Amino acid sequence: MSSFVLTGARILGAAKTDIVITDGVVAEVAPGASAPGATRIDADGLVALPGLVDLHTHLREPGREDAETVESGSRAAALGGYTAVCAMANTDPVADTAGVVEQVYRLGRDAGLAHVQPIGAVTVGLAGERLAELGAMADSAAAVRIFSDDGHCVSDPRLMRRALEYVKAFDGVIAQHAEEPRLTAGAQMHEGEWSARLGLTGWPAVAEEAIIARDVLLAEHVGARLHICHVSTAGSVEILRWAKARGIRVTAEVTPHHLLLTDALAESYDPVFKVNPPLRTDADVAALRAALADGVVDVVATDHAPHTVEDKECEWPYARPGMLGLQTALPVVLHTMLDPALLDGGGEPGPARLDWDGVAERMSRRPARIAGLAGHGRDPAPGVPANLTLVDPAARVTVDGGEIASRSRNTPYAGRTLPGRVVATFLAGAPTVLDGKAQR
Amino acid sequence: MITHLLSAADLDRSTATLVLDTATEMATVAGREVKKLPTLRGRTVVNLFYEDSTRTRTSFEVAAKRLSADVINFSAKGSSVSKGESLKDTALTLQAMGADAVVIRHSASGAPHRLARWVDGSVVNAGDGTHEHPTQALLDAYTMRSRLGTLEGLRVAIVGDVLHSRVARSNVLLLATLGAKVTLVSPPTLLPVGVGAWPCAVSYDLDAVLGDVDVVMMLRVQRERMNDSYFPSAREYARRYGLDVARAARLPEHAIVMHPGPMNRGMEIAPEVADSARATIVEQVANGVSVRMAVLYLLLGGKS
Repeated sequence: MSSFVLTGARILGAAKTDIVITDGVVAEVAPGASAPGATRIDADGLVALPGLVDLHTHLREPGREDAETVESGSRAAALGGYTAVCAMANTDPVADTAGVVEQVYRLGRDAGLAHVQPIGAVTVGLAGERLAELGAMADSAAAVRIFSDDGHCVSDPRLMRRALEYVKAFDGVIAQHAEEPRLTAGAQMHEGEWSARLGLTGWPAVAEEAIIARDVLLAEHVGARLHICHVSTAGSVEILRWAKARGIRVTAEVTPHHLLLTDALAESYDPVFKVNPPLRTDADVAALRAALADGVVDVVATDHAPHTVEDKECEWPYARPGMLGLQTALPVVLHTMLDPALLDGGGEPGPARLDWDGVAERMSRRPARIAGLAGHGRDPAPGVPANLTLVDPAARVTVDGGEIASRSRNTPYAGRTLPGRVVATFLAGAPTVLDGKAQR
Repeated sequence: MITHLLSAADLDRSTATLVLDTATEMATVAGREVKKLPTLRGRTVVNLFYEDSTRTRTSFEVAAKRLSADVINFSAKGSSVSKGESLKDTALTLQAMGADAVVIRHSASGAPHRLARWVDGSVVNAGDGTHEHPTQALLDAYTMRSRLGTLEGLRVAIVGDVLHSRVARSNVLLLATLGAKVTLVSPPTLLPVGVGAWPCAVSYDLDAVLGDVDVVMMLRVQRERMNDSYFPSAREYARRYGLDVARAARLPEHAIVMHPGPMNRGMEIAPEVADSARATIVEQVANGVSVRMAVLYLLLGGKS
């Protein structure tokens, strides 16, 4: 395998150094380090981060290859700085058997742009009625550890309890889409002043919070691990804070869009802003940012949800919920969470802000630990698998829907200028992205 | 003047007043032997109705025809729409046919806003989902002004299913713009969360409000609400929020009773009240034509 030397890189924003990659592994980190025959990559001033890990990606294959494929989604991931993505189970057919999760796993391996770790469905067909063969998926070549009915809530409390208990046998975790379905029938957007004004059926915050409250208590009762998908409300943060203080084994993710966008955007009735859970209020955004900074919310996960043009270019109530995220997640997090002084090099983070290490923790190391991906989420150091990404903190990029690698175009950030640009991504020592361009 | 009429909030006070004043002039046409003005000759108005609403569609049709516009009724049933054509494709079709104005009724809130992005002509919202129905609010305001002389300081109670009512949303916005004082009266289950930000007062008690109003506007209660836990039964709703004879007797003498129709007689309004002299229900229908003439005239008349 070939060797690379990344010159002048700043690991987690620290002083410039050179990183040597040989045979898929970081061989040396030191100023002036090199290896015979190594390809030199000019990384002068670029920030090196462990390759990003996404706990929540919809790759749509099998079933909706018109919206995204494992390959196109992996390419978007690599361009976004990701080296591993967890593929949600709500495909068609649903990833509720060893056969489907192995198919997705192999498609990811063949694409070779990111490690694709399938998530298995909790219940057969996401129907919420009986458990899928969780053990068979865990034992399969895909070695599934995260199980989720995402898109649907495991709303039956008895079934949720059993799922939490059962996956303890193989150190699995249930990732809950927290939405009490009886409170969200026909819901179109956050229930509040904007839904009242726009005449769109409301999705109340309590529908999320009630399920999180129930599930942290269930997880405590049976001594299981629980992960909460896309936390979106200030009230959810308070429940998670309480549960963590109590020692309950719960982790939680927030999406980039819930860190930046609010329900006021529905005023246009443009369904590019329709997502589930819905965009919330300014107060929720502030609470989520603070929770991510102080660790009550553990990680950022994209909930990358590609949809075809015809599923979005229509009346709001008829549109599918979801937005793209893989290629914009890091810039949105840098914009909302990184201390501005660090974007141009130097400076100390202010209150409720992250430094580069904090970004790496929430977008790489911690998600890799939750997903059980041993080769990912490790800072570049000798002997560590070379899964890393190089970011230009001084760059400002205006999002252009036409330049997105996904098959779909439903980005809510079109026209926005965001900080940071992924220059290169290495997956197991091989470049998937160089000079901002996908290598395959 | 504005390009589209999507929401009552699109109208500032002077524009709304201009619409009402223009409607007053249009009303004189209805009294003539030849009920027609040449104003919109050569213009095309499309009625694009995704929901059945004979009264609103007919009202717009009569209004456009009295202004000599060509009217095309593009109903969802029996057209390409029922074969699954998207709103955008329908919009592009109407655009290609040279529609100068599209009057749209749709079950989805915001559909007129989407349409307005895809056509060059004016879009008039004739009722979108549970959002708004601005020409209904204009005809209601017109009716109040013609009966009671002014809108400034007028005390208006809007009673019933506010949550699902496009009539209530448009009326609250327009009446606030025109200086009236609106009180919404409804069981708490039929008020939207977030109603506190609206420019109006809210009450759960009809009897506490009735003695002190100039206008009481009763909203229709849809059948499908009756079995969805918004209230225990139709009978209890009628007892607590229906305008029966006894309640109507406690209204100030000059107060008028309005209803956008169609009515559930015996549910939100007693037949005796609906047929009484203070009821404006039939007038509202006639005024609807004048107001819609004014809207079409002001949206299209200025363009060459």
